[in-house]
Amino acid sequence: MQPVINIKNIKKTYVMGAVEVNALVDVSVQINKNEYVAIMGPSGSGKSTLMNVVGCLDTPTSGLYEFNGVNVSEMNDNELAKIRNKEIGFVFQTFNLLARSDALHNVELPLIYSGMKKADRKALAAEALSHVKLEDRMHHKPNELSGGQRQRVAIARALVTKPSIILADEPTGNLDSKTGVEIMHLFNELHAQGNTIILVTHEEDIARHAHRIIRVRDGLVESDTMVEERILPGIHA
Amino acid sequence: MKMTDFAYEVKEGIGISFQAIRANKMRSVLTTLGIVIGIVSVTLMGTAIEGMSRSFNEMVSKLGADVLYVQKFSWFSSEEEWLEARNRKNIDLKQFRAVREQGTTINTLSPIVGNRSPIKYRSITSDGIFVSGVNEQYATVAGLNMEMGRFFSQAEANGGRPVTVLGYTTAEKLFPNETPLGKNVKIGAHTFRVVGVVSKQGSFLGMDNDNRAFIPVTNFLEKFANHRRGISIQVKAADINDLDNTKEEIRGIMRKVRGVKPGAKDDFAINQQEMFIQTFNQIGGVIAGIGLFITALSLFVGAIGIMNIMFVSVTERTKEIGIRKAIGAKRSTILFQFLIESAALALFGGIIGIIISYPLSLLINQIMPTSMPFSVVGIALFISVLVGVVSGFLPANRASKMDPVEALRHE
Repeated sequence: MQPVINIKNIKKTYVMGAVEVNALVDVSVQINKNEYVAIMGPSGSGKSTLMNVVGCLDTPTSGLYEFNGVNVSEMNDNELAKIRNKEIGFVFQTFNLLARSDALHNVELPLIYSGMKKADRKALAAEALSHVKLEDRMHHKPNELSGGQRQRVAIARALVTKPSIILADEPTGNLDSKTGVEIMHLFNELHAQGNTIILVTHEEDIARHAHRIIRVRDGLVESDTMVEERILPGIHA
Repeated sequence: MKMTDFAYEVKEGIGISFQAIRANKMRSVLTTLGIVIGIVSVTLMGTAIEGMSRSFNEMVSKLGADVLYVQKFSWFSSEEEWLEARNRKNIDLKQFRAVREQGTTINTLSPIVGNRSPIKYRSITSDGIFVSGVNEQYATVAGLNMEMGRFFSQAEANGGRPVTVLGYTTAEKLFPNETPLGKNVKIGAHTFRVVGVVSKQGSFLGMDNDNRAFIPVTNFLEKFANHRRGISIQVKAADINDLDNTKEEIRGIMRKVRGVKPGAKDDFAINQQEMFIQTFNQIGGVIAGIGLFITALSLFVGAIGIMNIMFVSVTERTKEIGIRKAIGAKRSTILFQFLIESAALALFGGIIGIIISYPLSLLINQIMPTSMPFSVVGIALFISVLVGVVSGFLPANRASKMDPVEALRHE
């Protein structure tokens, strides 16, 4: 089976003034459909750079990145924007919702950028919101929602385009532990429904919801292991 | 990009810009103020220029487009030409008669000569009346209508009878309570009988055309000029479309009767109001250009204000730009979003500007005949949008080129 993500020997170098920083030295990773992967690493490990490359927010300096068999490592800005729009659902630590728009419009936004008709996108956005159990909060603005609710709006926004992967960057980092557990429960559910999930975190407890952990250090993959004792709060709770 | 995609993006852009403008009301109003002032001054300047040219045209049309003025001096000449013209022979009644007898493309014509003189009726004296010696055809040549009575007849003109036709203001001043017809007035030391009053003419280039009196030209030359004054000849052409022919014909007659040698330059001038219009259009064009340039400067200042605030807005919303890019906004999407915002801001200013300047244009209308032309409203709105787009371009371009990773990291 063709992997969703096929990264081969990618390198990412930043030039900061006169100094070159090798954020990624030589990384190769393959992720298949319906995998649940955590990318772990301390700060400065290259974990964020890897996430940006995987999320098509950035391109590698060298090496190959194939997304669903399509080479994205040499795509231009517009082509990358299209991949991000259709194939990737982002969930951020700080939620990153548009403060002046209500929940429905926030979820609708990726569909606006993909050029969907108003009635269709309203219906899909409403469906995505009810999927995360926020059907009664559609017309609330982010500042009228709790942290957990905001993150669920963000997850709905990530889901609404039915992307190939959901890329979550420290999704529980700004939440209290109880709410964090609820959000992880939601991710487990989404995975069970067939979604491919990539979780970027530095917390062991969070990473162990996934069934595969890729540890990054000094721009290299330190280890790539399957999780033996997965935490499944949705099932144990 | 499909048109529908574009339409959705524009619609989204409009929504975002209204949100942004509403979220920063005070700032938006202050920024817009520059455009408001710019649009008010540009539209009012446009209105004033329109008024200037309209009142000029109204005045000029009274002169009659088909009238030629055969005179010693050209209306528009250099100092040298004028010094040369000073030494020319006067135009006299003999030359006038030659034109009248030989001209074939002439409708009517009249000699004209004048000076200022007091006019007295019983105890009332009116000073500085412009008294003109003309013939019976002058009313037709100059397009005068009679308020009452009649213009003097050919017999009266030829016979040098002591009759006069008063201008509207003159008649009003001298005869506040009675009819002037048939009354004897004293022009200078001589007595004239009033046979008619001309209807109101208004003023032209500072000259009051109602503060006048007309007497037969022979009378004028005999009693006020000792036959030494030169005259002018006003000719109404038979066909306005054939004005140039008439001009050439008169020129030939005048050259012959004044004995101008073949090849020598004319020693007289044939003026026509066309020259006024040309000169006015030149001067008016320069005034309009300078006026619009100066007022456009204020619009330029307004544009800089918008550019400035758009740079601030882009910087403030770096994070938002990052979010939008992460979920699929293309460069062009972000570019349009900010262009629409700055255009909306400027258009908003333009609309307020027009709302303010419309009543002001009605005030200007009290001074000169004008109204704000619809074209000015349209142009003003178009210019505001243009100003918004142009001044928003640099900030919008900066926003569109932001690196999504950097933008997302921005707090």
